[in-house]
Amino acid sequence: MTDESVGTVYVAQGGDWDDIARAQADRGDETIVINMGPQHPSTHGVLRLILEMDGETVTSLRPGIGFLHTGIEKNMEYRTYSQGPTFVTRMDYVAPIFNEVVYCLAVEKLLDLEVPERANILRVLCMELNRISSHLVAVGTGGMEIGALTMMTIGFREREMILDFFEALCGTRMNHAYIRPGGVAIDLPDDGLPRLKGVIDWLHKHLWEYGAFCNENPIFKGRMQGVATLDLTQCMVYGASGPVLRAAGYPWDLRKSQPYCGYETYDFDVITWDTNDAYGRFRIRLAEMEESLKIVEQCYDRLAATTGQPVMVEDPKYAWPAQLTVGPDGQGNSNEKIKHIMAESMEALIHHFKTVTEGFRVPAGQAYVAIESPKGELGCHLVSDGGTRPYRVHVRDPGFNHLQAAPAMCEGAMISDVVVAVASLDPVLGGVDR
Amino acid sequence: MTEPTAADLAEVSSAAGAPAREVTRQGMWGPGPGDTSGYNGIVRRFERFAPTDRPYGSYFDEVVDRLIGLLPGVDLGHVVVAHNELTIFVPRADLLDVLTACRDDALLRFEVCVSVSGVHFPDMPGEELHVVYHLLSITHNRRVRLQVTCADADPHVPSSVSVYPMTDWHERETYDMFGVIFDGHPALTRILMPDDWDGFPQRKDYPLGGVPVEYKGAVVPPPDQRRSYS
Repeated sequence: MTDESVGTVYVAQGGDWDDIARAQADRGDETIVINMGPQHPSTHGVLRLILEMDGETVTSLRPGIGFLHTGIEKNMEYRTYSQGPTFVTRMDYVAPIFNEVVYCLAVEKLLDLEVPERANILRVLCMELNRISSHLVAVGTGGMEIGALTMMTIGFREREMILDFFEALCGTRMNHAYIRPGGVAIDLPDDGLPRLKGVIDWLHKHLWEYGAFCNENPIFKGRMQGVATLDLTQCMVYGASGPVLRAAGYPWDLRKSQPYCGYETYDFDVITWDTNDAYGRFRIRLAEMEESLKIVEQCYDRLAATTGQPVMVEDPKYAWPAQLTVGPDGQGNSNEKIKHIMAESMEALIHHFKTVTEGFRVPAGQAYVAIESPKGELGCHLVSDGGTRPYRVHVRDPGFNHLQAAPAMCEGAMISDVVVAVASLDPVLGGVDR
Repeated sequence: MTEPTAADLAEVSSAAGAPAREVTRQGMWGPGPGDTSGYNGIVRRFERFAPTDRPYGSYFDEVVDRLIGLLPGVDLGHVVVAHNELTIFVPRADLLDVLTACRDDALLRFEVCVSVSGVHFPDMPGEELHVVYHLLSITHNRRVRLQVTCADADPHVPSSVSVYPMTDWHERETYDMFGVIFDGHPALTRILMPDDWDGFPQRKDYPLGGVPVEYKGAVVPPPDQRRSYS
């Protein structure tokens, strides 16, 4: 296709391969424009990459996002604060607990609420287990995309153990809505601690395998080392955080530098690497899983020591009134609670009704809370108008920010490196598009 | 009946002089005593972004003083400190000067603008659209929020991309959702919504959409038409 005024026009919408090859032969150049995604398996969801290629070399890369935009932030303006976790958990669906925690911390900041100690321990436990499962998906799918298929199969095997624990804890494997303003939805089940012990033992038994498969594997290193580099200067230019920044050697971790949920009381290390590349980010994720497991073990001890303590604020103004229990159908309200509000106390019924339908009011103001998600800084900007619904919620997703750096990582590299670069950023499009 | 909440305690009485950003909200349901129907027709008044008096506490005085010292001609008089967070309202004409000072000065050194987003306040005439910048100093381990306002009729704000390259997509999203035009942005196009979309979805006058759902004869209205207690 030629336009006299602008020269050759390259299009990315594809078509019959014979036509494309013939058109390129007619042009006599090596330039081709490729549309990668939005349904390409190696783009981690629905990410569209528009690549301008000179042979196999990427000369220009433009990410296109928005295919998974579901208006979560807008929807939350029409629901009560207690309904918020149900929405935010669907943003970054690989690390849902983090979305819930950052939202609840923002609500609690505006309310000046202190959550009970055991609720904080459960939050840290869930976050660290979720960090392991998120990193497992990152290294698993990232490995699969470059031919290390076993990384994916064993990665999902370990992740399954963690999801089973979440299912036993709150009934769902993903989209938990477990973290609530004021605490968490429900305490550990009766067999929670033995189950947790099982998960810890399983992870101890298997987490070393990833390094054994890959760390010194020449093919793996050949694909990862020196690829998708982003040095410290570039990290600052692109506002990188999380494993991307730490792979450039800067030990920045919000759990240490701006602690929340009591992270300052846990013993763990911030992992850094000095190669600026995809291999460094991979090694950081591996080592961070070990660190997270250390924190999970500390949570185990603290949970054992705080058995029976509350997991939700005592103030009935803010505490979700339902007490959940596992009924014959697998979930439901506790019979004692139903009996109390339906047969014993009119006031309790009114309170339950008001809290559930109307919700609680949050003083007018705004807050920004940032936590260290597996991908980097996850922030929540919450604006309240003094009503029962958030006036505005904005979630700053690390993947959204990091994808801006993809062109800097890929341009001048081979097309096969694009897959490695995107995987090393670990974007989850549910969070990117919200 | 619920107890009065902190929001009510924060109400500004109209007798204490009319602040610039006083907002009135009226709802059919409200907190506090009233008739048992709940239809109090209560009127609540409060001031949005009420300025904080010095001292601000923490590192906040230091940051504000340094900025005023560096930029003597810029009006940085509107400062809000709440929940241990510092918010500085910046006149939009001076935004780039303030951002550049925040980034380059060794005593400020906010290396990263982590987030840019918008908020729409249709009830604040002349400053309906707010653009919120969250800056992070890794060197000093500090955060500051800069807030810029502009009118619905003139939704222009200078682009911060030349100072903070990472705000490129954040500004595109703010444009996409609120219609704020960032002058000087390298490619201000929609990012989440389709290119040919009409309207700016996160504005308060943009409808949520949704359909009523029928279940066993009862109809549940769409979320934006359900009873609101706010």
